[in-house]
Amino acid sequence: MTDKQRDVLLSIQDLHVWFELRRFGFGHAGYVKAVDGVTFDLHYGETIAIVGESGCGKSSLMKTILGLNKPTKGKVTFEDLDVGLLGGEALRKYRSHIGYVQQDPFGALAPFMNVQQILEEPLRINGIRDSAERESRVRKVMEEVKLTPVDDFLHKFPHMLSGGQQQRVVIARAIILEPKLVVADEPVSMLDASVRVEILKLLRGLQEKYHLAVIYITHDLSTVRYFSERVFVMYAGNVVEKAPVNSLVHNPKHPYTEALMDATSDPDANNALQYRELPPGEPPSLVNPPSGCRFHPRCPKRIEGLCEVEEPYDLAADDHLVACWLYK
Amino acid sequence: MLNETLLRVEDLVLHFKTQKGSVRAVDGVFFNLAHKEAVVILGESGCGKSSLAKAILRLLPRNIERYDGRVYLDGDDTMAMDDESYRQNIRWVRMSLVPQAAMNSLNPVLKVGDQIAEPMIIHHGVKKEEALVQAAKMFQHVGVPVDFLDRYAFELSGGMRQRVAIAMALVTAPDLVILDEPTSALDVLTQANIFNVLKRLKQELEVSFVLITHDIATSSELADRVAVMYAGQIVEVSDAHRFFAEPLHPYSRMLMASVPRLRANVEPEFITGQPPSLLDPPKGCRFADRCPRRFEKCSEEPPTANVDGIQVKCWLYTS
Repeated sequence: MTDKQRDVLLSIQDLHVWFELRRFGFGHAGYVKAVDGVTFDLHYGETIAIVGESGCGKSSLMKTILGLNKPTKGKVTFEDLDVGLLGGEALRKYRSHIGYVQQDPFGALAPFMNVQQILEEPLRINGIRDSAERESRVRKVMEEVKLTPVDDFLHKFPHMLSGGQQQRVVIARAIILEPKLVVADEPVSMLDASVRVEILKLLRGLQEKYHLAVIYITHDLSTVRYFSERVFVMYAGNVVEKAPVNSLVHNPKHPYTEALMDATSDPDANNALQYRELPPGEPPSLVNPPSGCRFHPRCPKRIEGLCEVEEPYDLAADDHLVACWLYK
Repeated sequence: MLNETLLRVEDLVLHFKTQKGSVRAVDGVFFNLAHKEAVVILGESGCGKSSLAKAILRLLPRNIERYDGRVYLDGDDTMAMDDESYRQNIRWVRMSLVPQAAMNSLNPVLKVGDQIAEPMIIHHGVKKEEALVQAAKMFQHVGVPVDFLDRYAFELSGGMRQRVAIAMALVTAPDLVILDEPTSALDVLTQANIFNVLKRLKQELEVSFVLITHDIATSSELADRVAVMYAGQIVEVSDAHRFFAEPLHPYSRMLMASVPRLRANVEPEFITGQPPSLLDPPKGCRFADRCPRRFEKCSEEPPTANVDGIQVKCWLYTS
């Protein structure tokens, strides 16, 4: 579990990522507040999960960590680098410390390159000129992700591989530069049930072996408990709950987290006999989010006169933080 | 519960012709479905479950090599009908489909109301105004605001588009709706919402569903019966209560063990190996290569055994 002694690898402080909207291509028309005040620390070798629905800002957060977006306000610090200020060669070097596992493996692999070319690409870009060394590293990483026998796969193109094998190539590419952090954006949502578990276990094995820090982005709460130490739940650009995974699963605090858990099914024939209780409506627009707590229009437990007025801040019970007035 | 059989599928075969040989996508599929019931067809990608939907609804591509078997709808042998009478009397009249990725299958240049009304105009020959009234009624059933009739698909959220696609399948009041992966691209809350809608429709409109999916956990939201498909064949047909408690076929068991659970702390397990190619499926049991309980007999085609009303295609259950 979370070890307080561990050093911080990635620190995010009051991060805001806003995208400007323009009317007819020019003239200011407001901002899409995709990430609006997110703060957390990630330690060396730690796995965290970011859970949220589409449009909650989890991808914008991830892209900012990868240096693909610039923070509007706030700071992303990796070791002692301020990621927002990096550019050019420094940014390229920074990215070699981070592996990225995409959601759709087929879309993430160039169709005209074979497995060897795909896996050599990051090495080439990072200045490994010796082709023998490149090949030996490619072979080693393919063994790691169990694309074996290696010679069978080396010259295959992505379309010749199954979904699970494609995802293994994507993972191999993410770890070939021996990164300190891997960002996995819904790495298994496109895969079949039985392959999903296989890929998650592979990722977990690599994480333990190389002491990788992993950010696992997902909308599926049921996989989270097998794959992360801490969970952050995002809603409409905010992190509403931060907790160790067992604490969250057994004792969800935020009404939105409760709703997410209620909506997640376990295989049980009794599910068909009852309706599920769900919050009404849909997530709000990120251009004009609701005042106060962003979940208040849908919240069954809202406190009139408080939730719609004041924005809740992180309230803590030990290491279980929740941004909700119910816990004041 | 009415126990009259609405749909009976027997020995349904659909083979495709390809350059590499014949692909046996649907290879002797059978199951029954009673009125007001929902059957779930569970299977992984490439097991032929979407081809099964096409075979039942006779929405066939051109490269057919073999297409036979029997499909009875309320006792009528639909395979005996010619294409035109099938179109006029069965498809979208008594049986309709919510296609895979239904949210992207709506016509972007038509208002959704007009699209929903279209099957009524074509199949029931009613005037457009009348059809729109029926469309509005369906919108209420699936929980879409009626003023959305005048909107275009791009103006709706994913969940709303999915509801519109369901409304389109229901507008002609069919007895049976086939749902092909209806929620796979949706968020958790939206997904749960759609299943609430489907449960309500089953009660209110007395419609039956064939739900085709790979998602075992959410399939339990609607299932009365479960049919498990592997490599083009049905390996187990069971009722939901017994299936979700303890499936019989080794494949079903391993599939069930691979589901991560939120409410129980059980480590999920995966199935090693890959499903066989449908180009040249192995003789005998198709799951034998991956099966932990295989024995000599498995090299022969297993018969379908009946274990207290559960049908299992496995040698372990033959007495």
